[in-house]
Amino acid sequence: MEVPILKQGLYLIASIQSALTDADLLQLREALIERVGRFRSRGVIVDVTALDVMDSFAVRTLRDIAHMARLRGAETVIVGIQPDVAFAMVQLGLSLKGVATALDLEEGLAFLDRGGAPKRVRG
Amino acid sequence: MADEIRVAIASDKDVVQARQTGRELAARAGFSSGDQTVIAAAISEIARNVLMYARQGEILISVVMNGDHSGVMIVARDQGPGIPDIERALRDGYSTSGGLGLGLPGAKRLMDDFEIVSAVQQGTTVTMRKWRRSHG
Repeated sequence: MEVPILKQGLYLIASIQSALTDADLLQLREALIERVGRFRSRGVIVDVTALDVMDSFAVRTLRDIAHMARLRGAETVIVGIQPDVAFAMVQLGLSLKGVATALDLEEGLAFLDRGGAPKRVRG
Repeated sequence: MADEIRVAIASDKDVVQARQTGRELAARAGFSSGDQTVIAAAISEIARNVLMYARQGEILISVVMNGDHSGVMIVARDQGPGIPDIERALRDGYSTSGGLGLGLPGAKRLMDDFEIVSAVQQGTTVTMRKWRRSHG
């Protein structure tokens, strides 16, 4: 199942709608990296709200997307990781180290609007 | 509780099918949604292992009982090259396929019981179980 990719201004938004096979994930990676160049995008959001599980392959592919997009000049943020999915990821020992994440699409857009800089909260 | 579901593994679509089947069965067995996700993730890892190393095999998923405790049992069976050094394969970061090496050790961490029987050139069987937590 192909993941729809929306162009919104300087950003690309990929909204995953259903479970993805490994081939679907690789296809998403290729499509996003190609479109970053075609639309001269500065930011990429991958919305994984609909994913009910993320295994090592999915996490690795998301990490690859973020790193490849950065090499092409675009910042990536993964949004919508569900609580159960986060729990299983931690148990599996999977991390998205070096990849920006945000709670949802709104927070992801705000993150990119800030120029991809992490929000600093000082107490 | 005799229902055992078999999912043949021969492509990446089957990996998705196996983990969805596992989640459904875990839901029917009364597992919390968090545990359903954990079970689905573990199935995904071992199903992908079957695909990566043996190219094909099968996953058997069933509901099991141990006294008052119910659980799910997942058996992944293939006739692939086998694992020469199981201890090493269960170590984090070890992979001979260019993967992350998280498949087997990750699945082991997610489940309560985890056993591997493997013979070189004959195949591998991974058996894992997760038990329902009783509430008080």
